[in-house]
Amino acid sequence: MNLRATLALLGALALALFVVGEARRHAAATPARRRFFRHRPAAWGLFVLSFFVTLAIAAPWVAPYGPSVTLEIVTLKNQPPSLLHPLGTDLYSRDVWSRLVYGSRVSLSIGALAMLVAVTVGAVVGAVAGYVRRWVDTALMRLVDVGLAVPRIFLMLMAIALWQRLPLALFVLLIGLTGWFGTSRLVRAEVLTLRERDFVAAARGLGAGPARIILRHVLPNVAAPIIVSAALGIGNVMLLEAGLSFLGIGVPPPLPSWGNMIADGAAQLATAPWTTLFPGLAIALVVMALNAVGDALRDALDPRREAEWDTDGATL
Amino acid sequence: MIALAPLVSVQDLVKHFPAGRALWGLGRPRPAVRAVSHVSFDIAPGQTLGLVGESGCGKTTLGRTILRLIEPDAGRVIVDGADVFALKPPELRALRRRMQVVFQDPYGSLNPRMSVRQTLAEPLVIHRLANGTEREQRIFALLDEVGLDRRLAGSYPHELSGGQRQRVGIARALSVEPKFLVLDEAVSALDVSVQAQVLNLLADLQQRRRLTYLFIAHDLAVVRQIADHVTVMYLGKIVELAPAAELYRGPRHPYTTSLLSAVPVPDPNAQRQRLVLAGDVPSPAHPPSGCAFHPRCPHPKKNERCRTEEPALREIAPGQLAACHFAEEPMQ
Repeated sequence: MNLRATLALLGALALALFVVGEARRHAAATPARRRFFRHRPAAWGLFVLSFFVTLAIAAPWVAPYGPSVTLEIVTLKNQPPSLLHPLGTDLYSRDVWSRLVYGSRVSLSIGALAMLVAVTVGAVVGAVAGYVRRWVDTALMRLVDVGLAVPRIFLMLMAIALWQRLPLALFVLLIGLTGWFGTSRLVRAEVLTLRERDFVAAARGLGAGPARIILRHVLPNVAAPIIVSAALGIGNVMLLEAGLSFLGIGVPPPLPSWGNMIADGAAQLATAPWTTLFPGLAIALVVMALNAVGDALRDALDPRREAEWDTDGATL
Repeated sequence: MIALAPLVSVQDLVKHFPAGRALWGLGRPRPAVRAVSHVSFDIAPGQTLGLVGESGCGKTTLGRTILRLIEPDAGRVIVDGADVFALKPPELRALRRRMQVVFQDPYGSLNPRMSVRQTLAEPLVIHRLANGTEREQRIFALLDEVGLDRRLAGSYPHELSGGQRQRVGIARALSVEPKFLVLDEAVSALDVSVQAQVLNLLADLQQRRRLTYLFIAHDLAVVRQIADHVTVMYLGKIVELAPAAELYRGPRHPYTTSLLSAVPVPDPNAQRQRLVLAGDVPSPAHPPSGCAFHPRCPHPKKNERCRTEEPALREIAPGQLAACHFAEEPMQ
């Protein structure tokens, strides 16, 4: 690893530490932030996420080599980690660290974008079904039943059969559009209880239309479960992406994603374990961080938690 | 009974809740719950009509149906000259500025994610009443009017006490400058001292703003302090309707008599006969035949006629209506 990449890596670590430090320093500013940092793993999660996001953004500086540069196919293949190649090299003599860094771009953005699609669709469908009820609810929920009954992997395989090589944008859209069913159920259940609350009746009494009621009164009150399901969902999507790439139907090589890096290394698991270990570790770290942050966000975004924490938090 | 043209006129209002069918929609339809059946009354401008009855007698449904928060099955409601059920959405929205509601539960009636300021700003936004600094001024004026500290504007409902929340609810209702307020058990959830404060506030506001109230409550003691006329409901029907003074002095319906006897007297030495009704309120899905009150009626003259023939709501004395075959010979 050259000097520039080392400095960039140290820079990324420092930036991640700085983000957490700043967030903590201002933690007392609002009750929401206070509640967020009362979760101890939240700070770790935030650190891990900001580190990987920085890597993804600053990939060209942090990575000493290009993502698909084959260095020296004979002498430099399957080299164990060394000073020059901190995470070793793979079967095609590519630097694993560089691929991991560039792979974070692909894996993180697929996770985030697909989840954004899924959560948006899920929240809107759930809110409409729960608020409007009648036949709209019935129709949407039967659609959800169908969606939940069809295995996602078969949908992906069908898409592969249709398009041969799946464009990345379509891949993301497909994951997103097959991932909202659970969220919509969750949101609908919350909305069904919310719509009977007096503040919704009060809003109708004041002349608020259905769009305003759903956006201003219903959805903000289901933000907590939506955000938790989104945070957990990003992790799930990343695991799904990894699984699909492993099967060779996800991110097309040589574009690196953490999933297809694992797939590439799987054959030499016994002789060159670093080629699978490090991308696997990266996935595990990010998914755990997302879970921790999701948990903390749930409490942070619910103002009613304040009172509970003040009494229960002391004993915990 | 009232010289002035009524501001609110409820005519033969009916609301039944279908109970669906047994066996997941395949069986026989279950009888509908008759929450409100053939209710009529008027409220003159600036007056308060108290509406009293036990839990489940349909008072809340009645209040919400008048405001068309619930769609009616039959009948007509005129508020300030507008036929509430005949209006199209834009007209209804305009009318909503003139009729508002304050709810019973101060915990459930405010959006937990909106600060007091946001809660009070929303109606101003919906009806495009004020912007920017003017909006802020109006919010402060509303807070002043209901006796809340301006510094509470940034607070969230969970940071407020029950009485403060209820004041926010009242301020929200007032924000659109209504003429008619439905107070749906607006003080029932508050403890007695706060109840008195809020009642005083409501009385002040009525004076100052020339408001007309439909004051829904489950006990006659609270209603006595504020109402000009009182309506007593039993199983979705009006059983007595009279000017407050007359009703408290000489109730004509045995149900009213028994409700009055349940009002606590703040005198430990007072000797009085409590008239405790036997049994529970019958299910509004299966109301008793004849006079719906007959199974629980303590009237000594109760007879076969009560069981078979439904008494009509009729004028017993000037302005005093009751639905009892023996209204001319009231108890006590």
